[in-house]
Amino acid sequence: MKVHLSHPTRDVVLQGPKRVADIFKELDLIPEAFLIIRGQDLMTEDETVADGDSIEIRPVISGG
Amino acid sequence: MRCRKCPKRAVLGLTRHNTAFCGDCLTDFVRTQVQRAIKAQRMFSPEDRILVAVSGGKDSLTLWEILLKLGYRVDALYVDLGIPGYSSRSKEKVEQFAKVVAEPCGSQLTIHTVEEDAGAGIKELANMIKRPTCSACGTIKRYQFNRVAWQNHYQVMATGHNLDDEAARLLGNVLQWQEEYLQKQSPNLPASVEGFAKKVKPLYRMTEREIAAYAVVNRIDYLVEECPMAKGAKMLVYKDALNRLEAESPGTKQRFYWGFLDRQEKSSSVAPSMSEIDQTTLQPCTVCSQPTTAGTCSFCRMMARAKTAVK
Repeated sequence: MKVHLSHPTRDVVLQGPKRVADIFKELDLIPEAFLIIRGQDLMTEDETVADGDSIEIRPVISGG
Repeated sequence: MRCRKCPKRAVLGLTRHNTAFCGDCLTDFVRTQVQRAIKAQRMFSPEDRILVAVSGGKDSLTLWEILLKLGYRVDALYVDLGIPGYSSRSKEKVEQFAKVVAEPCGSQLTIHTVEEDAGAGIKELANMIKRPTCSACGTIKRYQFNRVAWQNHYQVMATGHNLDDEAARLLGNVLQWQEEYLQKQSPNLPASVEGFAKKVKPLYRMTEREIAAYAVVNRIDYLVEECPMAKGAKMLVYKDALNRLEAESPGTKQRFYWGFLDRQEKSSSVAPSMSEIDQTTLQPCTVCSQPTTAGTCSFCRMMARAKTAVK
């Protein structure tokens, strides 16, 4: 699967299928600080991303 | 995961509430929480004119959208800071939102351009006066939002500060024991003296993640990119620390900030109020007449220093 990340902008490839919660663990990210978006839809942590999917891990934290 | 209120697929789990919502129920939940914040803190009424400070980010555009959906009389102000690339991209998001969402509801956008006022963008200006960019930016934004609200007779100025912002700011103030700043952490700051607009934070009950999810679900096209000047900001460190605590103990941020507000309310009967303190410490600036603790306000001093540096 292709994973798009921001701050800094980059793309990484992970082996799928994988649960969203496991993607967070593998990339060492805190779920509270991100949203996972597939297409235009949000995904919850129990959902599975297929190997051929593209997802965005979008940070929600701003400088305030 | 299923929505806890209807049979649809959930789009967001809210661990601090031990629940999950579909897109429609999340939208209802967020709008209800904002309305509850407005009423509980007596922020404004449907008759008041409100000026929202917008930046192109998720919080301010979401706040603008929610206040319109709730039927309030709201306009917006965008301050163009002149940060190369970033400012033009953020302005584009704000103008697009204004055109597509706000203007059809009769809501207007005002743009203030720092370069027209100061002769330079925020970065150059901060360099000229030898101050950190974020500090100069804060001074300019606070000044211009208050000026526009006051001069155009808005009863209230609203900002998109959320639970994460307020909890992180509280953590910073407590770690440094900056007690004098604690009183200004209320989500409702009164128009304490002539020249100050009332300031409110209707998103203080919502986390950044909930607001971002609301924006995605409601197709609010905001700028995801972070301000390049915020890199390394202390606020980001505090937010990260709080999110690590939140992961271990859901509800930590809410308990920390709301608990502080509860204590502040209980102590308000014995301690002098912010209005009382302001009325004894503030006077009109000798240059612009906005309230200040000094003879000349920090904005006017900053502009004077910038003009001297140019010469």
